Amino acid sequence: MGSETETLDRPGTSAKPVTLREGINRALGDAMADNGKVLVFGEDVADREEGGVLGVTMGLSGRFGDERVRSTPISEQAIIGAAIGVSLRGYRPVAEIMLMNFTTVAMDMIVNHAAKLRFMSGGQTHVPIVIRTMTGSGFANGGQHSDYLEGWFAHTAGMKVVCPSSPADAYGLMRSAIDDPDPVLFIENLLSYTLQGPLPEPGLRVPIGKGRIVQAGRDITIVTYARMVQESEKAAVALAAEGIAAEVIDLRSIQPWDRDLVLSSVRRTGRALVVHEAALPFGPAGEISSTIHEALFHSLKGPVGRMGGAFCAVPFSRPLEAAFAPHAETIAGKVRDMLASEG
Amino acid sequence: MTTQCPQDESGASPDAATLIDMYRRATLIKQNDERTRKVVKSGRLIMPYYSPRGQEIIPSAISVHLTDADFICTIYRGIHDMLAKGLPLRDLWAELAGRVTGTCKGKGGPMHLTCPAKGIMVTTGIVGSSMPIANGLAWASHLEQDGLVTIAYFGDGASNIGAFHEALNLASVWKLPVVFVCQNNRYAEHTSYEKGTSAKQIVDRAPGYAMRGVRVDGNDPLAMYAAARQAIGHARAGEGPTLIEAMTFRFHGHLLGDMDGYMDKDEKAAAIAADPVPRFRAWLIEQGHVSDADLAVIEAEIEAALDDAVEFAINSPFPGLEELDRDVYAEEMA
Repeated sequence: MGSETETLDRPGTSAKPVTLREGINRALGDAMADNGKVLVFGEDVADREEGGVLGVTMGLSGRFGDERVRSTPISEQAIIGAAIGVSLRGYRPVAEIMLMNFTTVAMDMIVNHAAKLRFMSGGQTHVPIVIRTMTGSGFANGGQHSDYLEGWFAHTAGMKVVCPSSPADAYGLMRSAIDDPDPVLFIENLLSYTLQGPLPEPGLRVPIGKGRIVQAGRDITIVTYARMVQESEKAAVALAAEGIAAEVIDLRSIQPWDRDLVLSSVRRTGRALVVHEAALPFGPAGEISSTIHEALFHSLKGPVGRMGGAFCAVPFSRPLEAAFAPHAETIAGKVRDMLASEG
Repeated sequence: MTTQCPQDESGASPDAATLIDMYRRATLIKQNDERTRKVVKSGRLIMPYYSPRGQEIIPSAISVHLTDADFICTIYRGIHDMLAKGLPLRDLWAELAGRVTGTCKGKGGPMHLTCPAKGIMVTTGIVGSSMPIANGLAWASHLEQDGLVTIAYFGDGASNIGAFHEALNLASVWKLPVVFVCQNNRYAEHTSYEKGTSAKQIVDRAPGYAMRGVRVDGNDPLAMYAAARQAIGHARAGEGPTLIEAMTFRFHGHLLGDMDGYMDKDEKAAAIAADPVPRFRAWLIEQGHVSDADLAVIEAEIEAALDDAVEFAINSPFPGLEELDRDVYAEEMA
């Protein structure tokens, strides 16, 4: 069953698997080669500084020069401000904010300016920037280097938010994000950089706002994104052994998110569980769950379930961090509980 | 009138036509401010208004060095910067009135006026935020070697926010063609300069960023003209940014309607007595650059243009409610 569905929406994939990190690197390189207006900049991104702390942009400054791939001071407001300004002149900057928690330092530039200039100028200006950022628990980084804050940005009119879970999607979503005429926050998961998978043909775009059925199933729809896709897939395998067929949807982007795909799936399964790594209170799962309830209340077999990270700072201590985010076993357990509670 | 013109190469002094052009911009700002306060107080227009009265000379003396292709980023107290840069009065007034004929279709209002055709790219309501964005506009000029310059306007209060420091450092490291113009009007909202700013003068911060710094009497047209000429010249020549601290004084409270009890009364009275616009006018006539009658014609034309703009604005339709969903994204999202 898995091999059938894994290739959904992935035409023309390359034979040799690459890592998710390589997928992003290739997308940036292809975009820069295709369009001289694409710029890459941020802390440590040039080759002299080793292509970023995890090497995602390695090789780009050597290929495209130090003017188009530029390491910056540790100045997040200045980075996003420069991205906004240069984009107002027709450039397509990809600005890296190293870790998602550091977006807090640039919040004014992102929320008050990048997101709003199109509206406040009556459509005279717009801000086609991509903000790359990485995050996620499981890296022993503690409370200020690990948060999933996508709900804040998805809550901001004018922002788009994408969170790829595979090398192919990382490539295709990055290409779409760079093409996009509006600001896109591109969230990369730290633990997923080494994840391997096929890469699409150069130039393939994955549209922002279109989810993907990772695994088909008739009994329950698990709606998820980013690293929780892998955990949900594992949960679905375990559940399948017990005769429970879970459908797993990778949203791929959460602003906009693929309501049609989710609602058509839940209409078939009658059950839904939303899983993410962000904390639950006021988070994306609340929005998605509420949308499902509003649209499908009378055809649901039970209330929509939600799972998220614990409502605390991401802890350092290994057992605490391991218990912080949902994982395959807790997801499978939650599905069993939901089915059992229907009596 | 005495001037403190900085040492400069020859040609630093404006000719008569340029001086009259500077005056035209300055009196436009003054007359527009007087009209705005009158119309708001009459209740015909409801909006927050941050008067730039007293600061007219600064952008007027800067803008004669710029073309429509050059860029400015300014702030909520920035209508003077935009008028000096050529923002059309009808576009301005219809925006102030929230009408669909406004420069932003009424969706931005007085704090977010935008007019790319005149190089007016961003107006921010957030103290200090003009500077990081100005760097980006200037970065494009650096990449294209197009010789264009970007002016970032801000006040003395903004020199205490992080964006100022991040932006000046980056501009200096990257040698961007940007001019940071601090209009030091002595008050950060309600708080006096001394109470909120550690540096004796803002320009003292420039060496900390290895940047040229110039302190100038912003109410002195010749000094301001010369300082702007030099800084803009450096930027166009690829010689990097300059911080200009232009000394001035805000004639009114922070926001129209506030009682300005926090302002020193003697200081304010002295500043108003030395009103830079009529002073400039008298000097132009005294020096024989222009006649009183010629300036009266300019002023009357501005009054007529204001009459026209106010009526145009108030008689224009409001935006339709469909505008709530438009311009959020390139395409409306479900």
